[in-house]
Amino acid sequence: MSAIPIVPGVNEQAWNLPSRGRVGMYCLIIGESAIFTIFVVAYVFYIGKSLYGPTPEQVLDVPIFNTICLLSSSVTIWLAERAIERNSIRTFGLWWAATIVLGLVFLTGTGIEWHRLIYHDGLTISTNLFGTTFYSLVGLHATHVVVGLSMLLLVLIFVFTGHVRQEHSERIQVLALYWHFVDAVWVIVFTVVYIVGR
Amino acid sequence: MADRTLPIDGSLDLTPPREQEGTLLETLHSWVITVDHKKLGLMYMMLAIFFLLVAGAEVICIRIQLAWPDNHFLSPQVFNRLFTMHGTTMVFLVGIPLVFGFANYIVPLQLGARDMAFPRLNAFSFWMTAFGALLLYYSFIGGGGLYGLGNAPDVTWWAYAPLTARAFSPGHATDYWALALIVTGFGTLGGAINVIATVISMRCRGMTLMRMPLFAWLMLVDSGLLLVTITPLTAAQIMLVIDRYLGGRFFDTQAGGSAVLWFHFFWIFGHPEVYVLVFPAFAIASEVIPVFSRKAIFGYPAMVAASVGIAFVSLGVWAHHMFTVGMTSASNTFFVLSTMLVGIPTGIKIFNWLATMWGGKIRFATPMLFCTAFLFQFLAAGLTGIMLSVAPWNWQLHNSYFVIAHFHYVLVGAIVFNVFAGIYYWLPKATGRMMNEKLGKWHFWLFFIGFHITFDTMHFVGFQGMPRWIYTYSADRGWNHLNLVISVGGMIQAVAVLIFAYNLITSLFRGKIAGNDPWDAWTLEWSTSSPPPAYNFATDPVVQSRRPLWDLKHPEDPDWRYE
Repeated sequence: MSAIPIVPGVNEQAWNLPSRGRVGMYCLIIGESAIFTIFVVAYVFYIGKSLYGPTPEQVLDVPIFNTICLLSSSVTIWLAERAIERNSIRTFGLWWAATIVLGLVFLTGTGIEWHRLIYHDGLTISTNLFGTTFYSLVGLHATHVVVGLSMLLLVLIFVFTGHVRQEHSERIQVLALYWHFVDAVWVIVFTVVYIVGR
Repeated sequence: MADRTLPIDGSLDLTPPREQEGTLLETLHSWVITVDHKKLGLMYMMLAIFFLLVAGAEVICIRIQLAWPDNHFLSPQVFNRLFTMHGTTMVFLVGIPLVFGFANYIVPLQLGARDMAFPRLNAFSFWMTAFGALLLYYSFIGGGGLYGLGNAPDVTWWAYAPLTARAFSPGHATDYWALALIVTGFGTLGGAINVIATVISMRCRGMTLMRMPLFAWLMLVDSGLLLVTITPLTAAQIMLVIDRYLGGRFFDTQAGGSAVLWFHFFWIFGHPEVYVLVFPAFAIASEVIPVFSRKAIFGYPAMVAASVGIAFVSLGVWAHHMFTVGMTSASNTFFVLSTMLVGIPTGIKIFNWLATMWGGKIRFATPMLFCTAFLFQFLAAGLTGIMLSVAPWNWQLHNSYFVIAHFHYVLVGAIVFNVFAGIYYWLPKATGRMMNEKLGKWHFWLFFIGFHITFDTMHFVGFQGMPRWIYTYSADRGWNHLNLVISVGGMIQAVAVLIFAYNLITSLFRGKIAGNDPWDAWTLEWSTSSPPPAYNFATDPVVQSRRPLWDLKHPEDPDWRYE
């Protein structure tokens, strides 16, 4: 019986495979995109099909400030990623906290919008097709923001307890991928709900 | 020549194992908390086989009811519940757990890895699936509250709107159904992510993608397909739950909602799902047929390309389930053509398996018998599939027993046959003991005969116009004898499955000791001991060809010279 088959040099060749964390996160993003696709298709399919009001034109305002906050959080988290790669944990924590604040502002804005829609305009999830599709699509996105914020907060707590070091930058970047995805989905949701559907 | 020593020197830690210690409770505890891919794979398999027996018992009740005209064995309500539960169980609690059972156990071993990419996610996925199963079956006692004993979902496994609206399906049975599918859906998503990350990131040194065993390739494609298949179902179920609990209007036709949208959403999941279920059968055939024909697989790159091709095309064929809904002729034409297109890559695969057998020195052990039957049955299933893809033919036969016969030819004739092949092939690796070959042959021939008695006959009763979902029929329709024949065939299959169960259980205690490589096979899982140790390989293997164990056994004529 021979030993492990070895062609000279094969063991010295570089054998680099992609990081499993990144691959896993990309897979999750693909799966999540399919969920969003179904909700977006339902929204687009039902535009203008509600039998009674209120309609999007009557009640929706374009949330420009919110959108700017969420999209700029992608920039701040990218700056945080760069900071941890350079091993400046302080800068990392600052940009990371800024990201969380921007996300919270976005969520608050959505809350204010929903409060106005429900109590002022009388639009609930069961009012008409617009209400059903609007709250479920925007709500699905907001759920993802909440999940993302919880994870970001967890990392921030670890920063305060001093558990985040440069060697974690890979994991931080995987988490940041998710946050970038949540921001990118908002671009689609924003376009469909506030521009095409209004 | 079968080699019963350790093929890779130093691949095993030869220190004798610690004495088995611990009480029954401790052993049980170790299985509950495990994150080991082999234990989780076996748990997936046990879950799947258990529910295979449960769903089999359900369909035996259905066949007893349909054996005679005007039978009163089951009430119409119970009949509806049983076929709903049969379909839902077979797809979500048998088919998908089988995918992950095989993938979990075999893929890391074949890749020379020590575990899956995310062991804890793996355990989480399994327990989500098991919890979903519990939710679904709890509906039997909890669906209408405890007072409504025996109130399982009765909306068919695709639960067409608006039947699922609160007004038409009161009680909680439909909610249990929807929640169970959401929960198992998360488990499935986790499992799919894990398999992909394992195949991409955990391969041993030298195992490039084009040197991977086809089994691992098919599981990779299968998991990729699951990523974009199970998630639309989750989305649709969330919409259904919003409709039922929050008064949403998604599928409420009185508020302008569309029932047809549900049909689309469901089949966007439902059709690729068929391919998700059949890929493990392809995967098993791609391992068993070469080993038992004593030839390397024919046309490896074409097999990979055909698998990826099937996965892509399968995403664009869903509405061939909906020809009778009344779509435009443009969409009818599109879905007729796209459906027929699936036949091309599938045909490539069948020809390649045949070409692998051609001129080989075929050993008809039990796994090979099942795989050979699979080839011909899957071909026949494909041909009736092409017939049904023609829209006018489909208008004639939709929702008749011809359709039932067609898809059971795929689900039983292809998938179940190959799952049996896979179990006979890999069980010696998992338990260290062979299954009885004589009982295996009895199992095969009885199952084969029963299968053909049942499902060949079903085509004819479909031609005679018998629709599905009817709980009984009058004696003057001319379906009496054929239905009796179908039911008798069902019983023969049940006997065969019981023989299999007996064989499986007795082999654990009295089976012949298998050794590391009982089939003289070529992939890495046969280079470690049977059963493999927790760490799989003490040193990471290095491979240079698609058949690393062939290279070891035949150093004078290794594969890597030709690849």
